[in-house]
Amino acid sequence: MGSFEGGGLPPDDVVVTALRAGDEAMFAALLDTWSRGMLRVARSYVSTDHSAEEVVQDTWLAVVDGIDGFEGRASIKTWVFRILVNTAKKRGVRESRTLPWSAFEQDGGPFRDFGAARGGQADLAAAWPTPEGEALAAEVRALIAEALGRLPPRQRVVITLRDVEGCTSDEVCEILEISAANQRVLLHRARTAVRGWLADYYESVKQPE
Amino acid sequence: MKRFIPETRAVNVVKRFTCDELAELLTAYLEDALDQPSRDGMRAHLSCCEGCGRYFEQFRATIKVLGDQPPEKLSAPVRDRLMSAFRERHRHHS
Ligand SMILES: [Zn+2]
Repeated sequence: MGSFEGGGLPPDDVVVTALRAGDEAMFAALLDTWSRGMLRVARSYVSTDHSAEEVVQDTWLAVVDGIDGFEGRASIKTWVFRILVNTAKKRGVRESRTLPWSAFEQDGGPFRDFGAARGGQADLAAAWPTPEGEALAAEVRALIAEALGRLPPRQRVVITLRDVEGCTSDEVCEILEISAANQRVLLHRARTAVRGWLADYYESVKQPE
Repeated sequence: MKRFIPETRAVNVVKRFTCDELAELLTAYLEDALDQPSRDGMRAHLSCCEGCGRYFEQFRATIKVLGDQPPEKLSAPVRDRLMSAFRERHRHHS
């Protein structure tokens, strides 16, 4: 197998056959393509970077052990990410971190604080600056990382998979086993919150005219 | 999922939205999850309401910067360990 750099991964049946045959280049390609998203997702459930890396490691070990039993009902990516989410959840519980995962009404319900989240029409006079300077871009990236950490876990996982990692909504629904409507509500609430924090930030760095 | 409405009823039906309602539907709009009258209503509102137009720009800008996070990597020791585990397993199974 050649390198997959730059291109996408081959179709699932090719990937699975290669993994079962012990193709190291294929395994390396999967590791390098999916691990970054896996680290981010794991971080939604566990408290430290170190824990997140262990979750990803345990997930890949489970994949290596379980590939012969993979039945192809879901895509291979969905299968790997589901193992990841389950591993991360268990670890999160072990770390006795509170997981509002069951409190769906709380972050999946209708907007109550809409005006606040939106910031009000009057504040919208100024357009956001383009983060063309590298310093501003770096600050915005740091702010986004912090903003993700402030979201409730369900919203955080969904926005991470969708907007940071570029998964499709179908993939996210399959990985998290949620409906399309729930996925959309969680994504929308997360985006609205992040937009609000970004707006505050842009307001705070605004140059006086 | 899009709702399919019989042609006769869909013609010239444009839903009207308040600014708050529009903001609440932006993700559904971007996901192409609205029925035709709602989508037309969103477009009509966005084209004539400056505040919502700007909010929509900011919303899209937010999605864009979210996709601009620096790439992450497994640490070299973990990656090496996983590569060996993969190699080992194949040796034992073949
Ligand atoms: Zn408006």
